[in-house]
Amino acid sequence: MKLNVPRLLLRLTCLLIAIWLVAPTLIVIPMSFAGQKSLAFPPKGFSLQWYENFFTNPQWIGSLIVSAKVALMVAVVATIIGTMAAIGIERMKGSAAGIIRAVLITPMIVPGVVLAVGIYAVYLDTRLVGTWTGYVLAHTLLAIPFVVIAVGANLAVFDARLETAAASLGASRLTTFFTITLPLILPGILSGSLFAFVTSFDEVIVSLFITSPQLKTLPVQIYSSMTRDADPTVAAVGSLIFLATSLIIGLGLIFGMRGRKA
Amino acid sequence: MTLETVTKGAAVDICGVSKVYGNFTALDNVSLRVEPGEFMSFLGPSGSGKTTTLNLIAGFTDLNGGEIRLGERSIGHVPAHKRNIGVVFQHYALFPHMSVAQNVAYPLKQRRVAKVDRARAVDLALQKVQLEKFSHRYPSELSGGQQQRVALARAMVFTPSLLLMDEPLGALDKKLREVLQLEIRRIHRELGSTFVYVTHDQEEALVLSDRIAVFNKGRIEQVGSGHQLYTQPETLFVGQFIGESSVLRGTHRTQGNETALTVAGATLAVSGQAKSDAAHVILLRPENVRVQPKGTGRHDGMTNIISGTVREMLYLGAAMKYEVGLADGSHVIARTPTQTEPFAIGQPVELAWNLKDGTLLADDGSTAGHEA
Repeated sequence: MKLNVPRLLLRLTCLLIAIWLVAPTLIVIPMSFAGQKSLAFPPKGFSLQWYENFFTNPQWIGSLIVSAKVALMVAVVATIIGTMAAIGIERMKGSAAGIIRAVLITPMIVPGVVLAVGIYAVYLDTRLVGTWTGYVLAHTLLAIPFVVIAVGANLAVFDARLETAAASLGASRLTTFFTITLPLILPGILSGSLFAFVTSFDEVIVSLFITSPQLKTLPVQIYSSMTRDADPTVAAVGSLIFLATSLIIGLGLIFGMRGRKA
Repeated sequence: MTLETVTKGAAVDICGVSKVYGNFTALDNVSLRVEPGEFMSFLGPSGSGKTTTLNLIAGFTDLNGGEIRLGERSIGHVPAHKRNIGVVFQHYALFPHMSVAQNVAYPLKQRRVAKVDRARAVDLALQKVQLEKFSHRYPSELSGGQQQRVALARAMVFTPSLLLMDEPLGALDKKLREVLQLEIRRIHRELGSTFVYVTHDQEEALVLSDRIAVFNKGRIEQVGSGHQLYTQPETLFVGQFIGESSVLRGTHRTQGNETALTVAGATLAVSGQAKSDAAHVILLRPENVRVQPKGTGRHDGMTNIISGTVREMLYLGAAMKYEVGLADGSHVIARTPTQTEPFAIGQPVELAWNLKDGTLLADDGSTAGHEA
């Protein structure tokens, strides 16, 4: 068999890029089992104390709960607003639709720090710093573009003539929306809400500005723990989140494939 | 509300209806009555207003003026979902996330029909379109013809008194179209509903309809049975749109109550009179034109004769078609039974027809090109 050099080079390149992409994530896992209180790589010793610390320390577990709650609320609010906006834009004709779409997408493009400063300034006056409402409002702002894009992409392939057909069969506009439009754009809505959840769950910049000692999200807790002392609990948190997201995405892929076969 | 009871078709009255899009007049003061239980086709080229009229009846577009009545009820401003009119679309418009049975049950659910009755009505409707074995399939698992059958079942399952069809067979191949045409006819007979069928295919309109309304440029040119439209077209547009025809253009002269047209040097008599001084034409159907050797025709006052040259000869099995060029450059199509010794291309011949077979029409500038 002849040695295929170009093919070998291609495979090697792919392998290197793959390692480059996942290595930072994978390095966290051995570090989370470190025996000593240091974030050195390779870690020395072995222990489960950092996992224990995460689950028993109220600061850590508390911030996880805060993050999960905020992300859930953001997912709900951003999905509702974003979906309605996407439908409105799709139905609108002319350049106004394009302008509104651009405005809705800006939070994705504007640098996070700029937004954070603006939000912080407003929150100081309105006493929203360190409040649930503050977090949900700020994160929803950041999450809406993802919903608008995901639902918009789905609406672009949705056959609006089905709505006309539903009307001819006796369905009011509201019934048509819930029985025809919604089920058919549900994939877009679900992926939009997943994006919204994730956007909120790992948002750092804005959260750092509007945080308070009483109400901290997980990313803020990780950041402050890192700057205070090199606590390997951070690595344990990272590993857990990595595991959780891998499971969710894996299950999503499996069910997605089954759904397509059916 | 089941298909077992025969529906009474409702009359549709369209009174002075107009529809304007920007500065384009899609419909200009159109009036028409469709009789109860009638099968009426709207025939015309694209952009002629036939689909606009259908959409106005269905309630998909708003009226700019005039009135539409379904039976005794004025429906011009009733929202589409309250009109109780079945619609079949060219693109099927089946709901992809519902099975065949769920699609057909959808209109019954909207009308809050009890579950038992619903299932029975769905079965019956699917039987009518011969798809009872497919009720658990999804639209994506059906062929185009099957999908359109489902759409038909869905549009008639709630026994509407009026069924609208917007080029329902337009996306199907010719063979399947012919099969479904027969099915649609049968269903129309069995249902008793009024059918309004939009098509640009004159053959389809002739096969299906009790009457045909010919649309052109936002107006109705003529309404009548296929036979009436074919044998007594009132305008050149109708004459050319329905069936094959030849048009002779020339100058006309009216003496007393007889009009004659001079075409390519020959004087041709017609039955009937020109209604104005504007340009007129003679419309001839191919089967009414005889091709004969030069000099054999008799000028008996009942026959028109004009000489020409065979340009083309087509053998069609039972018949032959000649294209005969005239001295002025135009040509006439003649269809004759198959001859054992056909005329050769380039041979000078004579064309003859009974003068009552030539239809005198005002020249509205229509050309034979059928727009698809």
